[in-house]
Amino acid sequence: MRGWEACLSSSGRRDLLLRLLAGSRSVNERKSRKYTTKMAAPGGEAQTTAHVGKRRKRPRRYWEQTSKKYNSGGKSSDGAKQKAKKRRGDRRKKRKGGLSGEVESEDPKLCEQTQETGKKDNSGEKSSDGPKQKAKRRRVDRRKKRKGNLTVKVVSEDTSKKDNDGEKSVDGTKDTADENATKRSDAKFISGKVDPFPGEAPIPEERLRKFQRGNKFVVPEEIRSKLKDTLAKSQEAADLAQTQAARYDLLLTEDAGFLEGDEGEDTCTISQDDIAEAVDITSGSKYFNLRLTQFGPYRLDYSRTGRHLLLAGRRGHVTCIEWQTKNLMCEMNVMETVKDIKWLHSEAMFAVAQKKWLYIYDSNGTELHCIKKFNDVLRMQFLPYHFLLATASATGFLQYLDVSVGKEVAAINTKLGRLDVMAQNPYNAVIHLGHPNGTVSLWSPNQKEPLVKMLCHRGGVRSLTVDRTGTYMVTSGLDRKLKVYDIRAFKPLNSYFLPAGASCLSLSQRGLLSASTGDIVQVYRDVWGSGPMTKPYMAHRVRGTVWGVGYCPFEDVLGVGHAEGFTSMIVPGAGEPNFDALDMNPYRSTKQRQEWEVKALLEKVQPELISLDPGLLGKVDKATFEQKHKERVETLGYDPLAVEKFKPRMRKRGRSAAGAVEKRKKKVAHEDQRDVIRKSVKERMEKEKEKKRKDSAKEQLGEKTALDRFKK
Amino acid sequence: MKVKVLCRNPDDYVRETTRDIQRVPRNYDPTIHPFEVSREYTRALNATKLERIFAKPFVASLDGHRDGINCLAKHAKTLSVVLSGACDGEVKIWNLSKRECMRTIQAHEGFVRGICSRFCGSSFFTVGDDKTVKQWNMEPPGRGLQEEPLNTILGKAVYTGIDHHQTEGTFATCGQTVDIWDEQRSSPIRSFSWGVDSFSCVRYNPVETELLASCASDRSIILYDMRESAPLKKIIMQLRSNTLCWNPMEAYNFTCSNEDYNLYTYDMRRLDVPVTVHMDHVSAVLDVDYSPTGKEFVSASFDKTIRIFPKNSGHSREVYHTKRMQHVICVKWSADNKYILSGSDEMNIRLWKANASEKLGLLTPREKAALNYNQKLRDKFQHHPQVRRIARHRHLPRDLFKQKRELREMKEARRRKAQNVRKHSKPGSVPLVTEKEKHVVSVVE
Repeated sequence: MRGWEACLSSSGRRDLLLRLLAGSRSVNERKSRKYTTKMAAPGGEAQTTAHVGKRRKRPRRYWEQTSKKYNSGGKSSDGAKQKAKKRRGDRRKKRKGGLSGEVESEDPKLCEQTQETGKKDNSGEKSSDGPKQKAKRRRVDRRKKRKGNLTVKVVSEDTSKKDNDGEKSVDGTKDTADENATKRSDAKFISGKVDPFPGEAPIPEERLRKFQRGNKFVVPEEIRSKLKDTLAKSQEAADLAQTQAARYDLLLTEDAGFLEGDEGEDTCTISQDDIAEAVDITSGSKYFNLRLTQFGPYRLDYSRTGRHLLLAGRRGHVTCIEWQTKNLMCEMNVMETVKDIKWLHSEAMFAVAQKKWLYIYDSNGTELHCIKKFNDVLRMQFLPYHFLLATASATGFLQYLDVSVGKEVAAINTKLGRLDVMAQNPYNAVIHLGHPNGTVSLWSPNQKEPLVKMLCHRGGVRSLTVDRTGTYMVTSGLDRKLKVYDIRAFKPLNSYFLPAGASCLSLSQRGLLSASTGDIVQVYRDVWGSGPMTKPYMAHRVRGTVWGVGYCPFEDVLGVGHAEGFTSMIVPGAGEPNFDALDMNPYRSTKQRQEWEVKALLEKVQPELISLDPGLLGKVDKATFEQKHKERVETLGYDPLAVEKFKPRMRKRGRSAAGAVEKRKKKVAHEDQRDVIRKSVKERMEKEKEKKRKDSAKEQLGEKTALDRFKK
Repeated sequence: MKVKVLCRNPDDYVRETTRDIQRVPRNYDPTIHPFEVSREYTRALNATKLERIFAKPFVASLDGHRDGINCLAKHAKTLSVVLSGACDGEVKIWNLSKRECMRTIQAHEGFVRGICSRFCGSSFFTVGDDKTVKQWNMEPPGRGLQEEPLNTILGKAVYTGIDHHQTEGTFATCGQTVDIWDEQRSSPIRSFSWGVDSFSCVRYNPVETELLASCASDRSIILYDMRESAPLKKIIMQLRSNTLCWNPMEAYNFTCSNEDYNLYTYDMRRLDVPVTVHMDHVSAVLDVDYSPTGKEFVSASFDKTIRIFPKNSGHSREVYHTKRMQHVICVKWSADNKYILSGSDEMNIRLWKANASEKLGLLTPREKAALNYNQKLRDKFQHHPQVRRIARHRHLPRDLFKQKRELREMKEARRRKAQNVRKHSKPGSVPLVTEKEKHVVSVVE
């Protein structure tokens, strides 16, 4: 399968790309180019034609004429697809047979001959021609004949073919042919075929919408022209950015994974072993078990690049693994209960919530800080763009630690009891907390009260998670229900009843939901899709009770921490296939990481900017402006922005001026000179026509050389 | 069962050798770039801060004059040559790229009042307190030869300013009258006067080359057409204008520097109200010069600062001052739009960057791209309070700061009083007079 893909990416996809990217170039041109480069057309012309870039005028080639004739001849009443297929086949034939002759001799006569054979081929195919096609063919024939008159004699096959067709051939006199010839050269066609894909390649509406930011701005009529220009320009720039980003989508190299069962086979019955066996060795090695029976159950966290894994056993075992290479970075026992563990911004540091305090270690296991302001922490979340570590404690405190400067940003007493259910909204950095009374509350560090409090379950909330677009929240509660909420509208979308309830929830980058019940991990697909889901996408039984689940970013891997250790299972289609190296690069070098760290720190978003709508900063603040304007009017005593009422100016001068009177008298400008002008224009036109005709005749008669194409 | 699992070949993502550049695959999907706006805002804030950090406008100081600089002129053809005239009658020609004086001429007795280069750059003219107009060769005399003027015209009264025509061999001087001279003749071909005793400045319009404007001591600005025998129009303002400068891109606009601390941009076609009043100086404005793009101008003031104004903004975008710079008498914007020259009382000519934070010298393409990006970011977020606060902040010397505050208070008091008067009189009896209308007394045609 990979081989096939590679093949596609090398030739087919590239061709497609070329076509889409250079959409304005005509297809014919492209075809002819490909043709020349492959076949090495006469006189080493192949190099010159493989020319990339903008050009005004292409030199005309004999084979273009061929294809034109050929194409116009090949029209039949078949479907367009079939026609195209036929054409392709014929061309291939021609390439094989006819062109070998061309390579040997540069004689135009020979080319003519090959054309005819080509034509003959499909003239046989013509069976049910409509009148239109007939007329066209006739025209073509006429043209050919004329050509014969002008340059060389018509090859005998041509006439015989005509007879076969049973068509009336029209004999043009010499001068009409001449006239027509001039007309043809005026038309400046490249090949006779019309570009079937004119203009830029279209982009699917859906893909464009993906890159749309906000609505298009409608410019009001009454605003000033300069502002109007500015708005129009910025709109133009936005549109350009949008289309270019949408076009770039095509260049993404990786495709997402998938799992499909055979007919009648449920994907959830496929075992991990089967999957690991079916896929390649590298991917297969991503399914593994770590048997750690002594210090479990385990919590886990993958780093943002997806290369590193942290495991923390409740009885103090902390390990840090480069999980793909199975390289152990550090392992230790902190000799205390460990509640939760989290990577900080990079794989150099991680935070561990231990029995009493919050500790920070580096990747070698060296203790860097013991933060005594943060006590009894049960759950942690790291907000990567804000460099904030949010912690929820058993005492009901939600605290924010700025890890770039080491300061506590906010400490909020939620007054909602023990906080052991926590999730972050990756879209707006709002922290979601689940409470034993069935409510979920949303918090930002700027407010002592919750932003939103919503009652989600009848029992306590056991677990919750938010998808990366910030649209959906999935919660599970002690009432054994799994609920999906739209958190833009704060509305429930779906509610499912799970017989055993779900203890740990996690959403992957591509929206797969994993829910664990007891020692079974289930993965669901299309959780917020149209229909209610009935069966899980995948299921896997681990050895002990599940304690923590987490998807590995940019990989099709789900990590499960349980009482008997850790299981890494393969979930095809979980991870985002294409990463952005400037944002998160799993393959980054040390230098790149350092560079990234500096950049990330420079654009650290301030905690004050956390709110439900992350784009609030880009919106127009009308309220403040109105308030300010009101104050200004009050102090000034008048409205400086008021539009003055239009007062028509009394025009006293102008109409009676001598010049204006004279002009009015004349009625029609330059009336007396009109005849002369008309005459001279006519003369000039005729002269030009004559010149053109002469030129084209010369062109027709003169011998063609390879250098002709450089002439203008 | 059909299955495909994400499996990347590291060779596609890691560079082959250490001599390669790193591979950076991109994905522009908005969902993997959260917090777009706030991150961009942070970048804009950083860009603004960096701009202020790099704002070091002072480039060089040219010293050598033995008295205050009274006038400056650009060479018409060469970017690096500047002419300056001092209060002791000395004229110096400077090479800006070497930052040294190329030539010194004792041109006049007393002040050199005006200096201008001929349009071809082969010679220049000076006028001085000794009632003469002198034409000098731009080339230095041969070794051992004396500095001699090409031509000397002895006039009847003191000349206070001079300007040369853009394309022809005529020039205009001002003093008791505005005179138009032919270079070949020793008497003016035309003389304009409109009941005034003296003029301080005369300037040719660089676009409509036959037009002239002058500032007179009776608080008026007079417009002339060189082809006509009488002046065209006159505006009388509340206080005297010192100098004026035509906009080199908009033929009908000019800006004058006034004694009332303001500058006024006028449209020649509608002189009754200035287009814009430019305020910010805290003392009389002595000189003004437009940038060659016509989008901005620079003004020199008695308050020891020079300020740069966008042509349609009421307040300056930039203020330059140093501890040692005294009253700035004259100022010029270089023809490549990059530098500003100021001549001041304490005998120095200073060279400034027109764009304070600009990096001089060659830029690599990456630097250029980064600068452009930062500029765009600053533009985009310029109205956000934090960004604006940082971008607007300029340090002022203590005295200036105080004076500014004082002026503001005075203005506020006056406005408050007018408002109270209006409030307690019959509606409509005390009309609202806008700032623009206040300063023009009358227009005479």
